[in-house]
Parts: sequence; structure tokens; C-alpha cells
Amino acid sequence: MHQEIKTTPSGDMVINVGPQHPSTHGVLHLLITLNGETIVNLDPNIGYIHRSIEKMCESLSYRQFIYTTSRMDYLSSHMNNHACALTVEKGLQIEVPERAEVIRVIISELTRLASHQLWWGSMAMDLGALSPFFYAFREREMITDIMEETCGARLTMNYVVPGGVMMDLHPDFQKKVKAFIVQFKSKIGEYHDLVTGNIIFQNRTKGIGMLSKEDAISYGVTGPAARGSGLSCDIRKLYPYATYQKLQFNEILETAGDSFARYMVRMREMEESVSIIEQLIDNIPEGEFQAKTKAVLKLPKGEFYTRIETARGELGVYLVSEGGTTPYRIKFRSPGFSNLSALNHMIKGHKMGDLVAVMGTLDLVIPDIDR
Amino acid sequence: MDVKITEPTTPFPGSVHETPGGGIVLSALDDVINWARSNSLWPLVFGTSCCAIEMMSVAAAKYDFSRFGFEVFRASPRQADVIIISGTIVNKMAPVLKRLYDQMPEPKYVIAMGACATSGGPFFYNTYSVVKGADHIIPVDVYVAGCPPRPEALLHALISLQEKIKSGMTREQIKSTLAEDGK
Amino acid sequence: MSKLKAPWQKMENDALLNSLQTSFPDAACAIGSDWPEIDIDGSDLLTLIQKLRYDEQWTFDYLFCETCVDWKTHFTMVYHLSSTKHRHSVVLKAKLDHDKPQIESLVGFYKTADMLEREVYDLMGIEFLNHPDLRRLLLTEDWVGYPLRKDYEDPINMIRL
Repeated sequence: MHQEIKTTPSGDMVINVGPQHPSTHGVLHLLITLNGETIVNLDPNIGYIHRSIEKMCESLSYRQFIYTTSRMDYLSSHMNNHACALTVEKGLQIEVPERAEVIRVIISELTRLASHQLWWGSMAMDLGALSPFFYAFREREMITDIMEETCGARLTMNYVVPGGVMMDLHPDFQKKVKAFIVQFKSKIGEYHDLVTGNIIFQNRTKGIGMLSKEDAISYGVTGPAARGSGLSCDIRKLYPYATYQKLQFNEILETAGDSFARYMVRMREMEESVSIIEQLIDNIPEGEFQAKTKAVLKLPKGEFYTRIETARGELGVYLVSEGGTTPYRIKFRSPGFSNLSALNHMIKGHKMGDLVAVMGTLDLVIPDIDR
Repeated sequence: MDVKITEPTTPFPGSVHETPGGGIVLSALDDVINWARSNSLWPLVFGTSCCAIEMMSVAAAKYDFSRFGFEVFRASPRQADVIIISGTIVNKMAPVLKRLYDQMPEPKYVIAMGACATSGGPFFYNTYSVVKGADHIIPVDVYVAGCPPRPEALLHALISLQEKIKSGMTREQIKSTLAEDGK
Repeated sequence: MSKLKAPWQKMENDALLNSLQTSFPDAACAIGSDWPEIDIDGSDLLTLIQKLRYDEQWTFDYLFCETCVDWKTHFTMVYHLSSTKHRHSVVLKAKLDHDKPQIESLVGFYKTADMLEREVYDLMGIEFLNHPDLRRLLLTEDWVGYPLRKDYEDPINMIRL
């Protein structure tokens, strides 16, 4: 059977990447217009994992909808839950006890570490280096073991409730986190040895996928992808929430704007997360882990917006309430959605092999884009 | 080339080719073939959402599954034996899944991993775009419960699939054997 | 999260509200739950955005959320704008007609509006005038209807509570 090859009027070829593809980190379908080996245009076709979460949340109560967001950006699932709980607490004017806030921050930073480790392992795997994947998962398994003891689950830990956390920390928590920090600090040098200094890796990422600061603002790019272009946008620093104003940590900025800069931002962010955990792990205040709330929550009429920093960028939760027990309208401003809109701009003029490097440094998680 | 294919009385796995020499040679050969197939199932790279991360954990060093024969993840369906559906299937993805399944050569097996692939999972009620279970699209051999299932649960599913292949029986035959043993 | 807003945020909001109210006397300005809100009609959008984007005292150059709410009698487009220079934020709400919702596209001002508006068109059915490429984003091309509207009926999938 003769198969037609799609071409544009100028003779460029249109090919499909995905939806089933080892490097797209989910089901992302890209329609790429190629002139030889050079990319002329890239058109993302999303919606292959659109699970209608926003419509579904309109029929769930305020205690239930938090856990559907774990499945949105599943690598920073605790942070998504944290954002939803902050929105509900803002509406009900609940004061969260200090112990619960500190526990939430420690688990958020551990989740950020786990997410960056998986990013590092799979980005190296996409570029052809298969060994770093196993090194990354060695440390990630330590974190998921800690999560499992305290929260009950490895990936989608449903640990946050409006008012605090669901249950108190496991007695071994501090010991295990300290052991993990000691191991991680000794191994981060290994990560740099394996990938960062590699001449092939540097040639594949330096100068590739340039994103200027003005373009980053205009496309709405946030998170490490924007900080690699020099844009200061860390929500933990600019609009602090949940004890971040009391902590000492740096916002990592790089000015080069290419893939290597975004890579280095994430590697240094891992070290900053470790220093945040170190500041908190010995000073967890005593007290309640959950504020007293009613069983059935009813938010007053109005609109509430919360912004937090997940591993990928700025997550926004916009909740419109009409006074009932379920939300009237929820919108999740996901970081991956805006990061993906900049991909076409960043990849024009590069070759097919550079596409993997750029998509790896953008760190896209497709269910976050499609919701 | 003329190959005479008889109508299969036991449709799983494969069809029976009539050979001179009779049934005894064939049944011994069947055992060897089933053993070889079950110990070397290569999965397809197919992960849609959260369960894919647990599948990657199973592939990593702590819960290694290449010691059971699932050595390499194949990117192309033409080279894969088993498809592990990890994640939700939505209306837009369903034709893609069907096409991937059709492109896999026989014998092929399907594992539905997680609550979403089994029955729609947490997205069962009030969603307009989720397929409530991957078995609406393709026939499934093993179902794994969990959201996401632990890596040990997925390993148990893989071993169950291997036992199913080695036994060479259909689903109804397996059920009646289990009922006889009183399990 | 403490009950009261940080003191610097409250002062900033009041100053911003005053400057907005003096510049746009026709629009209704008030402090919402976090930031000043401006309520306008859908047809006045472009003039307002032109000033908010380029005026030196505001420079709202970062559109961080664009969405739509279906109020059954009308639609409301909600834009959340922020400035990377002055670090203040504002919420813009534009009222649209329910039977024929149309509004100007913001792609000329913010490149992120491209995909955000396609998503709103796909799920809510708002038509964006002068959008370079308005087509469905998340659902299949042949989908009928706009699911996120309140009057969307789907007898097979939706179980009414």
C-alpha cells in the first residue's frame, strides 16, 4: 500500500514524534516540520492524557479534591496537595500549627529532591547515557522509603489535609532523613562526575535551546527553566508561604539561557534543598499536627488564588466558591503548560538530536499539561 | 507455501498446526516453547501517567525485573512481546493504543497496571474523557490493583503472567483448575 | 499561612488600587481576596491592556493565569497579571454575553496567551478574535460541545449527583 508522506507546500516534511515515544516522558505528540535535518516548526498536540480533572473537582468536596491533584504532576505530588490545602485554608481562615507547617516544608523539599533526581536520571538516559538512571534511582528509593514510612505511599502520598497533615511523623523520621542527607552529600559529586563534566554532554547542551529573559516572561515560563535565563521567579523567595520566609537559602540564577544553564540550575537546586532540610530537621517544633476543623467544609462565597513553587515552576490554584460544599470552578495554572508553549520558539533552527536535549531540560510532565 | 491451519480448540496461546507425527511430539515441544516464551518477555515502552514511574522503579536497580527475563524495554511495538498499560487511557489515546496492540506480532500479552487501566480508577465518576478500563479497547491478561501499585505488586503480576504462559491454558481452564484445587 | 496578609502587601495593594482608580474612572475597582480587581466589559479589553502593559508605573508584563468562569447568565474571563519589575499583581475580569461570547485575543501582548486561549476555546467555547490559530487543543477535533460549561450534558459518562 502506497503511504503518502506529508509535505508542506515548500517541500518540508512533517513527521510525528510520539505519542508513544521513549523520550517524551509521557504522551506528547509533536508535529515537526523538517527541512532536511533542521527543525522549521514544531506544533505540540496534547490532550492524550486529558482526564477532565477540573470538571471532576466540581463534584468533589473540599476534602476530596486535594487528592486528584496528586495525579496531575505526580513527581511533585505533595506540593500540589499543599497548594490546594493552602487555598482551602485561605478561604476558611484556618491557622495551621507550626509543627504541621514545618513537616509540610520538609516533605516538600524531599519531594523536590526526588523529582530532580528522576529528572537527572531520565535526561541522561534520553541523551544516551544509561548508567545515571540507576544511580538516580538509588537515592530516590531512599526518599520513597522515608515517605512510605510516614505518609503511607511512595508516589502519590495523600498526606496533606486542610489544617495540617494527616498523621504525625514516624519515630524514625529524623534518623532516616539525616542518614539520607549524609549519603546524598557524598554522592552528589558522583552525579557531576558522571554527566556534567562529560564532553559529549556539554557539546550537546551548550548553546542549544536559547531562551532570553524577555521571551521567558512573555511565554510565562517559570521554575528552573526560567531561572536558567536569569529571570528571578522563585515563589519561595518572592511571595513566601509556610515558613519559607524564616529559612536561609539562595535562589539559583544563571544567565546563559541555554540547556546547560537550566541543567546547572537544577543541580544546584538539589543542594539548596538539602540545606533547607538541614536547617529544619533538628528544629521541628512540638505541638499539634492538625488544626481542628469541621468534618464537612464549606467555603464562603468568593475567589481564592494560591501560588507555590513546585519542582517544575509556579503552580497556581484558582478556586471560585459559591458557598456550597463543592467548588464552583477550579483552575490549575500548571507550569508545564506555559513551559511547553516556549518549546517551538526554543527549537527553531536546531537539529532533531537537539530536540531531546531541550525537552529534557524543560522537564515536562505531560499529565501536568493536560490535567 | 501451503500451511494447513486447523481451527484452534485451545485458542491460547497461538493456533495448532497439524504435523505428521502426532500430538505427543507437539505437546512436549509446546512445553519447551511456552517455557522459552515466558522467560523472555520484552515489554513495550508505554507509560501514560503516574504508574509509569512505578514501572521505571521496577526497572531500576532495587526491584530489578530483568532478572525475570524482561531485559530490555523495546521502543517499537514490532519487537515487543508484552505491553504494560500503566496509566489512564482517555478517548484521544484509545485509537493509538489499539494501533500499537495491532502492530505487535503474536504471541502478545497485556498487563493492565493500576486502577486507571483496570477500571478507570479515581477518574471513574463525572469525567467526560476517560475510558473506564483498558479492556474496553484491547483484551487484558493480568490486572494489577493499586494507585499506583507497589513495585512488588507489579512483579507479582509479571510472575503470574509467566505462570499463565507456561501452563498453556485459557482463562476458563485456569479458573476451573483453581476451583478444583479449592484455592 | 497566617491569617493576615503581610503588611507590605496590604500597603502595596492600596497604593495600586488608588492609581488604577484614578486612571480608569469608568471601571469598577476593588480589593479582592488577594489583589486589586478591575471589572470591565469585554469590549474594553484592549485599551486597558495596552495601558497596563506599557505604562511605566505598572508594566504588567507577565500573564500568569487566564481562565473563564461560567455563571449561567454570562461568562467572565479572568486574567491574572503581574509585573516582574515592580512585583505587584492585579486581576482583570471581563464580562461576556452568554449566547455569543467573543473577546479580543491577547496574543499580541503576551505570547503565553496563545495556548491559554486555545484551551479556553476548547473547553468553554469562547471565541477569541484575531487569534492566529484558534483550534481545539485538548479534545479531539470532532468533539461536539464545550465540556466545562454548566449546561453540558453527557448522558453516557456523567453521573449527576
